[in-house]
Amino acid sequence: MERIPILKMGDCLLVTVQVDMHDQMALTLQDDLTTRISQTKAKAVLIDISALEIVDSFIGRMLGNIAGMARILDAQTVLVGMRPAVAITLVELGMSLPGVRTALNVERGMDLIRMSPANRSRHDRESR
Amino acid sequence: MPKPASSKLSEVLLRYESDILATWMQLQLSAVKHRGDLIKNSDLREQSARFLELVREGVQTGDPNVQSGAAWAATREMLESLSRSRAKLGFTPAETASFVYSLKAAIFERLREEMGSNPQALVTEIITASELLDVLGLLTMEMYQKGREGVIARQQQELMELSTPVVMLWDGVLALPLIGTLDSGRTQVVMENLLQRIVETGASIAILDITGVPTVDTLVAQHLLKAVSAARLMGADCIISGIRPQIAQTIVHLGVDLGNVTTKATLAEAFRVALNRTSRRIVDADFQASTTGA
Repeated sequence: MERIPILKMGDCLLVTVQVDMHDQMALTLQDDLTTRISQTKAKAVLIDISALEIVDSFIGRMLGNIAGMARILDAQTVLVGMRPAVAITLVELGMSLPGVRTALNVERGMDLIRMSPANRSRHDRESR
Repeated sequence: MPKPASSKLSEVLLRYESDILATWMQLQLSAVKHRGDLIKNSDLREQSARFLELVREGVQTGDPNVQSGAAWAATREMLESLSRSRAKLGFTPAETASFVYSLKAAIFERLREEMGSNPQALVTEIITASELLDVLGLLTMEMYQKGREGVIARQQQELMELSTPVVMLWDGVLALPLIGTLDSGRTQVVMENLLQRIVETGASIAILDITGVPTVDTLVAQHLLKAVSAARLMGADCIISGIRPQIAQTIVHLGVDLGNVTTKATLAEAFRVALNRTSRRIVDADFQASTTGA
């Protein structure tokens, strides 16, 4: 079965969605990701959806859910690379994904994670 | 069954076509509504001759169905192009319709000369001709209206494209000066333009300036918030600026919740916030010179 790969980079889990997600795939991703977060004790999850061209309410909800689950497991989620058409669709569907942080591309997303208060305070502690 | 009345009309039209045309032209040129500034005499003569010819051909077939009959198709087509071109040239509806109605007098005059001795037949004849030209005149009005509506639709389209520019104020800072009423159609265009520019420029802050939006009701506010949410999903923060005092009052009275969107009174203020957020600041040149120079 098709799976979306989850890469670990330091404290961060990197998820790049390279194909159009179907419902089962999204559910599998949710399972895999939560398992990986608890295994690796990752502090951040970066989901790149730049290749995602079609979203429906289900996928929109899954993205919100994944972010919510990650937060409970003490990892912040940044959603990056959303296409304009996808953003408009989600807004028209009434899903503005509150509570999910967003960035234009992976680079900006990584900056956002690095700049986040949780990370910065830890960094400060380590450097002291 | 061919009506004798219409055959008489067609006979007159056929026999005196050039005379009628001459009288008609004279009437048109001397009319108060004649617009010599908008149309050349030669063009008018050409149009008149063509129209008269088409009317004669139509009358000869004896088809009473002017609105949709096949015999009148060419006439209708001609009137359509004529009304459209006159609507574009700037003729008023009355001036356009008078083109057809002025033909009446020319035809009636000719009929009177021809049948003056027989008043009853003359009246019948005049009624027939009058009815025919009335229908054609109304048709002209209808076509004119359609032409005008086409012009309006085109202007709307142009206005929509013109009034939704996305300008780059600074690296990573976009501004969207919105002018005019925001309806759902325009919001869609605005949103698409904005998101497209965010992708192109990699901007992280967008300022929606609503100085030019005359009224903000719940619907407009909802449309604004939609644009803000969509931009946020693309990783760009939005600031709404240019909120006039009256609009601030309306927004509060309507109970519209602008959520956690940053709002500023002026574009300048919003720009300052945008620079702050991107870790930049504007300093007074003199101030800087005095501190570094000392």
